[in-house]
Amino acid sequence: MRFLTMGSRALLVELDPRPDGDGPADPEPAQLYRTLTRTPPAGALEYVPAARTVLVRFDPALTSAAALRDRIGQAVSAATDADVDGHSAVEAGSEAAILEIPVRYDGADLDEVARISGLSPDEVVARHCGGLYTVAFCGFAPGFGYLTGLDDALRLPRRAVPRTRVPAGSVAIADVYTSVYPHSSPGGWHLLGRTETAVWDVTRQPPALLEPGTRVRFVSQDASTTDATTNGTADGARG
Amino acid sequence: MSALEVLAPGPLATVQDLGRPGLAALGVGASGAADRASLRLANRLVGNAEDAAGVELTFGGLRARATGFATVALTGAPCPASAGGRAVGMNAPIPMRPGDVLVIGAPTQGARTYLAVRGGIDVPPVLGARSTDVLSGLGPEFVQEGTVLPIGREPAGFPTVDQAPVRRVAGEVTLRVIPGPRADWFAPDALGVLCGEPYHVTSESNRVGARLEGPELRRAGPAELQPEGMVRGALQVPPHGRPVLLLADHPVTGGYPIIAVVVDEDVDLAAQLRPGEPVRFRIDGPRPT
Repeated sequence: MRFLTMGSRALLVELDPRPDGDGPADPEPAQLYRTLTRTPPAGALEYVPAARTVLVRFDPALTSAAALRDRIGQAVSAATDADVDGHSAVEAGSEAAILEIPVRYDGADLDEVARISGLSPDEVVARHCGGLYTVAFCGFAPGFGYLTGLDDALRLPRRAVPRTRVPAGSVAIADVYTSVYPHSSPGGWHLLGRTETAVWDVTRQPPALLEPGTRVRFVSQDASTTDATTNGTADGARG
Repeated sequence: MSALEVLAPGPLATVQDLGRPGLAALGVGASGAADRASLRLANRLVGNAEDAAGVELTFGGLRARATGFATVALTGAPCPASAGGRAVGMNAPIPMRPGDVLVIGAPTQGARTYLAVRGGIDVPPVLGARSTDVLSGLGPEFVQEGTVLPIGREPAGFPTVDQAPVRRVAGEVTLRVIPGPRADWFAPDALGVLCGEPYHVTSESNRVGARLEGPELRRAGPAELQPEGMVRGALQVPPHGRPVLLLADHPVTGGYPIIAVVVDEDVDLAAQLRPGEPVRFRIDGPRPT
């Protein structure tokens, strides 16, 4: 864990959940986000998890970067002591809170994804439904969550030519992530299907269903049962 | 309820308050007035809470009719203006009668002028704020010809000053910076280059960021940065080596390294820079004696 200065009112916590050496593993950014959200350090205003970091904005009238470094270090040790297995702290924080998103797997790129990955379209659907995902962070647009836990076989680079318009509700994959487009927008991800679940609604509290740390399972709407036998780890694709 | 009926919006007019901070983890930027100090001042001049919504004008040009009695104030980039045919000044409460038209010209310096109205602009809030985020599209629609801006209930406080003294924003602006989280991704002399010759604001600048032209900030190596959280005032450096100064509607995360971050109070000054104007940076710290 490294603390980097981000101006006069924020610091960047850089995490290494998979250290090469013997040092203890840092929490995932979404996990630190949950820890800090549950027990907010005095003077901290908000936490922004990303791929490897958590940005902590603070009020310099109420705290200092040095005080926050201490508090965050203590919070991480406490969370690690409470649960030696780093990954399960996120799960413990959201137990019984697996968000099920029904999907109609008729996406424009389903056949192409099957061809590139060497699977049948049904197998692609089974593997996408088989994963237990965790929202690692949000970005790109309000409510757009980057979900980790994707089956390695479905790990593809973004489309060479992005689409100028991807409809809201599109369920898509790219790199190690899967997501649901909260709005109609341009996009370069591979479209597997569509959901009626509104992952974003400004009139709802909270407006985003895909908050960092939230665990998600996709359920094929055409199937009567969910095949949840494969790839049940929250971070299978990142390990 | 009284309102301001917009007859002409000027080049770009948006409703802004102090934004919706605290939602960045959900992918929602703070937005809000680009020059927060000027919006706060405009609100104080009409007796509002500092975070009431006003109108942010980019390069002036707004014309609007008051449907009832109203008290307004203009701050930020100074513009010639009149109300009901009478010339009115900046940084002072301006009374308007029913039917009076407020005519705002082009600013003589600076980029953004703030129009506050006693009672605030009472459009419906989105996620707790009356701020148009031009990047995400959240918040009120852009102000256009025919837009009716409802005026909220009169606040309890009364205007207490006739004219506020303000700092002039003119000539070469120097912004204080703190070395950024990825300063070590750049060549050893890069911070010195940043704080050497002035940069110039380009015409591609907007509420998202001010694009700067000037000496190249070279990277130490070819490494790719994973996206990470951004702040207002961050100087992010794309591969071409010219920095972009992030403003109110910046993306919540970005994948270009941050060489330095402008001290928060100075970002309001940055929001007043016009295309072509020079800007200098200096490392924040005790001044040499």
